[in-house]
Amino acid sequence: MPSRTVAVASASGLHARPAALFVKAAKAQPVAVTIRTGEKKPVPAGSMLHVLSLGAGHGAEVTLEAEGEGAEEALDVLAAMLVTDLDATADHG
Amino acid sequence: MGETLSGIAASPGLAAGPSYRIAPRPELPPAIAVSDADTEAARALDALTSVVADLGRRAAAAGGVAADILDAQIMMADDDMLHEDVEARVRAGTDAPHAITEALAVHRAAFEAAGGYLAERVADLDDLRDRAVAASLGLAMPGIPSPGHPFVLVAGDLAPADTAGLDPGQVLALVTEMGGPTSHTAILARALGLPAVVGCAGALGVGDGVLVTVDGTRGRVETGVDESTVERIREQEAARKEKLSTVTGPGRTADGHPVALLANVGSANDRMDEAEGIGLFRTELRYLDRAEAPGFDEQVETYTGVFRAMVGRKVVVRTLDAGADKPLPFLFAADEPNPALGVRGLRVARRHPEILRTQLDAIATAARAEDAEVWVMAPMVATVAEAADFVARCRDAGIAKAGVMVEIPAAALRAKALLDVVDFISIGTNDLSQYTLAADRQCAELADLLDPWQPALLDLLAMCAAAGGATGKPVGICGEAAADPGLAVVLAGMGIDSLSMSARAIPAVREALAAHTLDECRKAAAAALAAGDAASAKAAVG
Repeated sequence: MPSRTVAVASASGLHARPAALFVKAAKAQPVAVTIRTGEKKPVPAGSMLHVLSLGAGHGAEVTLEAEGEGAEEALDVLAAMLVTDLDATADHG
Repeated sequence: MGETLSGIAASPGLAAGPSYRIAPRPELPPAIAVSDADTEAARALDALTSVVADLGRRAAAAGGVAADILDAQIMMADDDMLHEDVEARVRAGTDAPHAITEALAVHRAAFEAAGGYLAERVADLDDLRDRAVAASLGLAMPGIPSPGHPFVLVAGDLAPADTAGLDPGQVLALVTEMGGPTSHTAILARALGLPAVVGCAGALGVGDGVLVTVDGTRGRVETGVDESTVERIREQEAARKEKLSTVTGPGRTADGHPVALLANVGSANDRMDEAEGIGLFRTELRYLDRAEAPGFDEQVETYTGVFRAMVGRKVVVRTLDAGADKPLPFLFAADEPNPALGVRGLRVARRHPEILRTQLDAIATAARAEDAEVWVMAPMVATVAEAADFVARCRDAGIAKAGVMVEIPAAALRAKALLDVVDFISIGTNDLSQYTLAADRQCAELADLLDPWQPALLDLLAMCAAAGGATGKPVGICGEAAADPGLAVVLAGMGIDSLSMSARAIPAVREALAAHTLDECRKAAAAALAAGDAASAKAAVG
């Protein structure tokens, strides 16, 4: 299955505003994307509650996975968001 | 048909408009058997949808950081996975409120386990649950109502958490069934300049949307009034405010006797533009929620910020007032059986003299670099020996004006002896009330005992004022009593030199003083002191 493993770059971790931006972007993808930390159970990337419950802090490694047409592109978009400090760009959001 | 409700006048002014209650948190009713899964699932999902809509309205009105937090909360309530989970639980036989509670409990546990930032978001999840459960039960959602237009807020009592998101642009006045003149509601109302009536029996019986008038000066609420009355009251209030703004300048009686009107502040961000100076600079803010005391440099920076805003004016700095309702983890190892009577205020220096020394050095350093007139006082002083010791420490640090607060009856009774060793005293009427009447400030049931017009409290205030007259040293008031325009006249008549309060309360006090000569103030003081109880003291001054 196509996957991307990246470290969370946002200063506050995958919480608050960065989580909101990430979940919104995940929901906008044409394929269902999952996210997990380490070898834990993958959760839907489009679920705010599940993404927050990961408790992924700054620098935590997370793995995105998706299948089907458009999966690679969707993973690229979302992985690019995770390696950006979304707190730093908050003012422009 | 309307009726008149009476309560305690907590913050002056008139207001009129529709009243809305803060709904309480819903109790989870006993579980019921689900007979029609489709209907029950719709009830649960509709509840979540209505929470999303309600939070969306709030976010649109809030803006900024508050909107970001609400936005995250909306995404939680709108989460497809949550909706699926809730529906699955309903189809397995759980009723709507329990399905919502159980589905959110899974995430609540995960948030708690993650700790840190997420543990703090548990409150957001609980708020979400309470709203959704209330909606599924057909009850009003808990929290500050948001009818979409200005309203009079009615509650049992208001806790700081309830009022954190309160929008002063939407709230016309505050009315609570419980609470006294020094309750959180009263203090908040005065800080926001909103009329308020507290301890108002029957307030929660007024239906949502009913037009009411609120008289925060007389402690009256009229319910079921008509539109023309609302209009008339609003005109009266506009006229009152107009009149207040015509009296300007330093506080003085009609014949020119000065009574300095000062502001109570916690930081340089607080409003202080109406004030002749600062009568109470609370220094606790920098210490709260800290693992250890702030360092010397950080303190110098904080104090400098306030002194710089008050060039040429007086700033009375109160040293750290920790303990009781403001515990600091690094100072208190063990729980005290009765913190209000424990090691608090200046008493902390018995255990940690270095904390007081650092603070006095920081104040003195900031004062030397700026052009404010800096006075320093200690909280919770009981004896002359404690006062003398504090003055000596101030002198060692290079502080010229050193005084103490009078909050303990023992200190008020010995006011003259205190003034022989200090440069000034400032009376903290909130604590002095609580200790004199033996009534906890947090205890809403005892609000009548905390009325600053209680004869025993007035006697102690008069005793302090007389000691000031005999020694020629300044005696000020920095409790909530100073913000009561009627009482301000009495205090001026007693010979009190300065009144310190929320900056917004100053115009009404200034106007009251300007309307009386010093002789009239003295007569008012004599009449209040001769009265047998708080109500007749107020009536005697009229």
